[in-house]
This record gives sequence, structure tokens and C-alpha cells, in this order.
Amino acid sequence: MMKDDRFVIPPALARIVSRLPQTPPAAVLAFALDRLLFPRLPLPELDALLEQPLRIEVSDLGLRLALTLTRRGFRPLPAHVAPRLTLRATTRDFLALLRREEDADTLFFQRRLALSGDTELGLLVKNTLDAIEIELPFLPRPR
Amino acid sequence: MMNSSRVRRPELVCPAGNPAMLKAAVEHGADAVYLGFKDATNARNFNGLNFDERSLAQAIELAHAHGCRVFLALNTYPQAEGWAHWTAAVDRAAALGVDALILADLGLLAHARERHPELRIHLSVQGSATNHEALAFYHERYGIERAVLPRVLSLEQVAQVVRQSPVAVEVFGFGGLCVMVEGRCALSAYATGQSPNCHGACSPAKFVRWDETPQGLEARLNGFLIDRYAPEEPAGYPTLCKGRFAVGGHTYYAIEEPTSLNTLELLPRLIEIGVAAIKIEGRQRSAAYVAQVTRVWREAIDAALAAPQDFSPHPQWLAALDRVSEGASHTLGAYSRPWK
Ligand code: SF4
Repeated sequence: MMKDDRFVIPPALARIVSRLPQTPPAAVLAFALDRLLFPRLPLPELDALLEQPLRIEVSDLGLRLALTLTRRGFRPLPAHVAPRLTLRATTRDFLALLRREEDADTLFFQRRLALSGDTELGLLVKNTLDAIEIELPFLPRPR
Repeated sequence: MMNSSRVRRPELVCPAGNPAMLKAAVEHGADAVYLGFKDATNARNFNGLNFDERSLAQAIELAHAHGCRVFLALNTYPQAEGWAHWTAAVDRAAALGVDALILADLGLLAHARERHPELRIHLSVQGSATNHEALAFYHERYGIERAVLPRVLSLEQVAQVVRQSPVAVEVFGFGGLCVMVEGRCALSAYATGQSPNCHGACSPAKFVRWDETPQGLEARLNGFLIDRYAPEEPAGYPTLCKGRFAVGGHTYYAIEEPTSLNTLELLPRLIEIGVAAIKIEGRQRSAAYVAQVTRVWREAIDAALAAPQDFSPHPQWLAALDRVSEGASHTLGAYSRPWK
């Protein structure tokens, strides 16, 4: 298993972030995804993802973000809504995935990306993300 | 044709599950890519993967602009009700100008040969042809120009087939391992009623469940427990052939372990044998995977051609390939067997 400490969230910061209410971060994520992803989502995939409660867990930050996709974009969900699909990884690995520096199956084999819930939906999310060309100008480079 | 002992440069054939992967393959030195339509006509029928007519046309244009060929896999077996759909896919691919079709079904082979006599045909690994007489038959009857050998032959057996084959031979060099004679595996059908041979996916996602339990991460296929991974233990694909089962009081990988095939160290021998192409598995992976694997194999093939006697796989190559492997380790599979 690969250890990489070039991009590690300081534990003190993680402790603080994990205690904050999770709706504002979910709203921020929804906003970011609206800008980055929503305009590029291909139609058939968009249909299949609509109204599915998703949860993104950023393990090193202790964040558990609930959101869903609507016709008008991503929306945060109340934290108690049971997700159809949960994805969990560290900040670094999520960013590497979005930047296409890491392969999702590789991370999965190495247990750095965890997926639970509806596998078909998970595969669709993974393949849709990988098929989209995303530029990430304002996200920090993990290396 | 193939029988001369002149060194031939094997083509590097890389997977493209989407346009980004195609781009990565082209950029990192693939000689050809293989891909499929977004439906059950090919053996990687997964949600969000593959090409429609428009993206395929763009893919062909981009690949050709860089001297890279495009092969379209149409390698599942149509059932009676699917016939028109499958033949329409053949016709569409021909109209779009793919460089070759990769087919397995005899009816589709006949259809392609009759309707599109100018179209190049490769026999898919799903055709499960393992001897030169079978290849001679496909060649005479359907005019195939290349065959992809199943991953069940030893290196010596591959050499024998190549020596006597009337058509070029493509072998798998790297990637996920399918241990059954391809095209004939019924394990997935046993558990789910759907086989990869007809529905295009082994362990279709809708039957797969991953659950974190106090005992570890459990993978289930339609309720059947395939494996249970301890917290840090590398995981694999949820295929029945790579599960751990209780047999005679022992729980172990009763069929195959979750490892990837890697034949890098056999490269000089594969070139000497005269294989026409080396195929990389993994249309279900990602652009990152294709970039990493294509880069290594491009360098390795060029090095093996330049100085076959001095060739040995660089440790960095092996490390890069092991990183992306299922189970993070590799095997020579059947190639290393003493079978003759
Ligand atoms: S179960 Fe294993 S051997 Fe059978 S088709 Fe799937 S991957 Fe291949």
C-alpha cells in the first residue's frame, strides 16, 4: 500500500471541520459540482443519477456530505437522508481521481476508495466522472 | 505469412472505455485501441462506459490523426431476439470506418463477411479458438485476419499456434485475468442468470453488493458471498472465479487468486515467437490506468525490439504495473505452464 504524506490534512484542522454542521460544506460541494460537472454531464447519465441520494465521505476531514442531483443541478440534502450510494476516500485521493492521476479501481483494490450501497449506481458515477473532461483550476494540487 | 522467422514489431493494443481513455492511449504510444458500443454487443457492458455513434466517429478521427488504429469489439453472442440489434451494430461500425471488427459469433462473422467484404475481421478472445486448425477454419470460411488467443495457453502452446496459423495472432499482455476458456464461462450465469458471453458483463453491477461488516468488507453476487476482506487487505473484482470459498474444511481461493496477468518479462520471447499484437486488458478502468500502463508497455516493447538480448523489465515498470493491478500483484498465468 502506498503511503503519501505530501498532502495530509493536519489533525487539528480535521477535528474542527468534522464538528462543524455538515450542511454548509455539502452546499459548497454542490455549488462546486454545479460549476464543474453539471454542464458536462451527458444526458442519459444525468437521467439515471437524478434524485438519487448520494453521500461523499472525506475521511481525513471527517466530512460526510449528503447531496443529490436534480434537473437544475446538485442540491445538498439533510444529513439524515439514507444514501443510495456512499463514496469514501481522503481529500488527496478524491482530488487525484478528479485530476485523473489515479484510477478508481486501483484505489478500490488498495482499499483507499470505499464504495457502499448501490453498486450499479457507483459504477455509473465512477464511469461518468472518468468520461468527463474537467478542468480544476482552483483546486489545490495534491503534490 | 506468419510462418517466417523475421522479427515483427508487435502492435500495442490498448483499451478505451471512453474518449478520455482513448486520448490517453494515443498520447502514450498505443498502436491501436479497442472499444465498444454502449450496449450488450460487447463484453464490457457497464453503465457510463463505451461509445455512441457520435463519440465513436470523433474517436476514430482523433486516433487516425495520430496513426493509431481503432478496433471495435462486438464480441458477445446475440440471442434470437437480439439478432437485428447486433447486425445493425456491425453495419454501423462498418459505416463509421473502424479499422477492424472483433467478433466471436459465427452468425455475425458470416454477416460481416457477406455485407462488408472489405472490412477487416479479428476473432475475439470470446471465440475461444486455441489451435491452428480452428484459426484456419475461421480464416477460410470468414476471412479473419487476426485472432486473439484465450489466456489459457502456455507460452509453448502459443508458439505452436503462431507457427502454424494462417492468420496473425494477438495475445494478452497485461491486465485482469479471466481463467476460464473465454466465451464459455458460466460461473456468473450460475449466480445471476446472466453470463458475460450473452449480456456483456461478468458479475453485472446490479447483482453486486459491497457491505462493510464487523468481520470486514463483504462482496456478494446476488446473495452469494464471494469474499470477505480484512481492513487493510487488498480487494479484487467481485467475480466468482476470484472468490474465497470453503472447500473440504478450508477457506481459500479455490479457483484463481485476485492478481493481474503481467507478461512483461516474456516480451523478447513473445516477439521471437512472432505474435502480431499484445493486448492490454481494462476497458472498465480509467484514463489514469491507460496512461500508466500504455507508457510502460510502449517503453518496454521499444526496448525489447532494440536489444532483445539485454532486455529485462525495469523495476520501475514492474512497480508501476503492480500498483494498478488487482490484488496489487502479478502472475504469468498459463504462459508459465509446462504444457506443450
Ligand atoms: S467468472 Fe472469472 S473466469 Fe468467468 S468470465 Fe468472469 S472473470 Fe472470466
